[in-house]
Amino acid sequence: MKKTLFDKVWDSHVVRSIENGPDVLFIDRHMVHEVTSPVAFLGLKNRNIKVLYPERTFATADHNTPTLNQHLPVEDPLSAKQLKALEENAHTHGISYWGLGHEKNGIVHVVGPEYGITQPGATIVCGDSHTSTHGAFGAIAFGIGTSEVEMVLSTQCIMQPKAKKMRINVTGSLQKGVTSKDVALFIISKLSTSGATGYFVEYAGNVFSEMSMEGRMTVCNLSIEMGARGGMMAPDQKTFNYIKDREFTPKGTAWDTAMTYWKTLYTEANAIFDKEYSFDGAVIEPMITYGTNPGMGMGISKDIPMAKDIEGGVSTYQKSLAYMNFNEGDSMLGKTIDYVFLGSCTNGRIEDFRAFTSLVKGKKKADNVTAWLVPGSHQVEKAIKEEGLLTILEEAGFVLREPGCSACLAMNDDKVPAGKYAVSTSNRNFEGRQGPGSRTLLASPLVAAAAAVTGKVTDPRTLLS
Amino acid sequence: MAYDSFIDLTTTAVPLPIENVDTDQIIPARFLKATERIGFGDNLFRDWRYHTDNSPKKDFVLNNPTYSGKILLGGKNFGSGSSREHAAWAVYDFGFRCVVSSFFADIFKNNCLNIGVLPVQVSPAFLNVLMEEVFSNPKAEIKIDLKAQTITLISTGAQEFFDINDYKKDNMLHGFDDIDYLINIQKEITSFAANTPL
Repeated sequence: MKKTLFDKVWDSHVVRSIENGPDVLFIDRHMVHEVTSPVAFLGLKNRNIKVLYPERTFATADHNTPTLNQHLPVEDPLSAKQLKALEENAHTHGISYWGLGHEKNGIVHVVGPEYGITQPGATIVCGDSHTSTHGAFGAIAFGIGTSEVEMVLSTQCIMQPKAKKMRINVTGSLQKGVTSKDVALFIISKLSTSGATGYFVEYAGNVFSEMSMEGRMTVCNLSIEMGARGGMMAPDQKTFNYIKDREFTPKGTAWDTAMTYWKTLYTEANAIFDKEYSFDGAVIEPMITYGTNPGMGMGISKDIPMAKDIEGGVSTYQKSLAYMNFNEGDSMLGKTIDYVFLGSCTNGRIEDFRAFTSLVKGKKKADNVTAWLVPGSHQVEKAIKEEGLLTILEEAGFVLREPGCSACLAMNDDKVPAGKYAVSTSNRNFEGRQGPGSRTLLASPLVAAAAAVTGKVTDPRTLLS
Repeated sequence: MAYDSFIDLTTTAVPLPIENVDTDQIIPARFLKATERIGFGDNLFRDWRYHTDNSPKKDFVLNNPTYSGKILLGGKNFGSGSSREHAAWAVYDFGFRCVVSSFFADIFKNNCLNIGVLPVQVSPAFLNVLMEEVFSNPKAEIKIDLKAQTITLISTGAQEFFDINDYKKDNMLHGFDDIDYLINIQKEITSFAANTPL
């Protein structure tokens, strides 16, 4: 039987298969952060065992960190305790630890690729659902729960049945002002928030192969938002160029050996997928969400669908619109917003800051908007400064904060107040996601920039020169 | 951590007929700061359960004394979103041992199985039957028989078979966990690892 990319990587990592049960899957690399790991480390302590392969394990602090004054002690005692626990656990077990203030610190899914921890053909897990990001490199990468974090720490394996396979093809030419984020939100709006549950997705077609690695990461990152176990793309020359000479990628002859393997990582012709979708990229507009899950998105010029026209429960749909204080049939264009958040593992990379800056250049932040611009890592922060983006942003009235997950999940102080609207480049618009009572509109960095300078939902195509 | 075994359960149920219940609703991120697995039940559905001044929202089902029991009846696509196992811990800590829905999000389902909460997936029609019965008669009991893999509405005898793989079923019946299994095959794992490039 012809093999898919997913088959090749999964099958080569199966230690053993249990009949009518899961596979024991070997994990090449394990990323750890402060929120989902302490109970797992406690489990190891209770069993009196150490991390089996500390050299395959990398820890960074990101979810629960402040984005201002990181040089000062963390004020919230619970957050400080959790960060301290990660530091101590990393030290006890001999794990690389990139804590607050460390030059390599940043969001786990931003720093993994930056330092070459993320590689084609690898299995990568983390106690975070957006681990799917790393699939952009042709890795099998997915989020796990804390029990599974404990399994990987103690045995470098997890036990899961192999997922079904789905391929999503997007071809054609994207319109001006349409980014990888829009492509992903478009797909999710078509499949719904559960349309890919039980599947591992491969993205194929010229729209993805023409994307930068950053763009591919944004797409794979959002795979979980349609329920997929993960998403991946076949590695190509762009992938190899991106990872070459990074700290944790192979060097010399080891690189050549790896390349020989990596070049075999593609789906064979006539391989069978359990489900396949194809979309025309040319019809995709800049997207925006209007409800309380990422599947509730639409082209920015469209009107909010009528309840009678949607699939699924009407009462759930109406509850969602009531939370947002929107009405069926409303246009999103022109709606006043209060906050703009640029950042997260979805859109906190240098390309995202370039896009945002290109639109706000020469304009001014709207007075009614509070903007949080949060780089995904120190390396992104450094590039923003070196490329001169910071100067342009500051001239337009914006302030750059320090790296972290920030307002994406609002565990720190970056909380959108109740009832306020935030245009966010992050990944979830769930009720209260960005702070109790907050209302989130998910969008691309360009849509966020257009909102930031106009103070309302605005089609970025009207502002692009 | 090994957990209590799950063999069968006969109990009343709490109905929550909302679709796409995400793990941010089950436990909001601001309650994920603990370093031990204690106290999560207090914050189960925190923002649906309490006003910002911490007074209970009277119309939310968990605050309605009419409904109680060890089964949570949820709408389609229950547990979507974040991988936080804290959501499953909160469900368990509150006192539920089983969640019934017509569709579960992947990671939440895994997390439940890993801590001894049984996710039971039923047909949309059967879920409707259960919801309607529990709304009209909050004392209605539901029986889950893991060995037989059946869920039965006691009052009418309406029954459905549910799916679970043999390995996980055995684990649940005995309270075994995956780590015990993996540690037992550690030699096999380390020899596999020796042939795997870092």
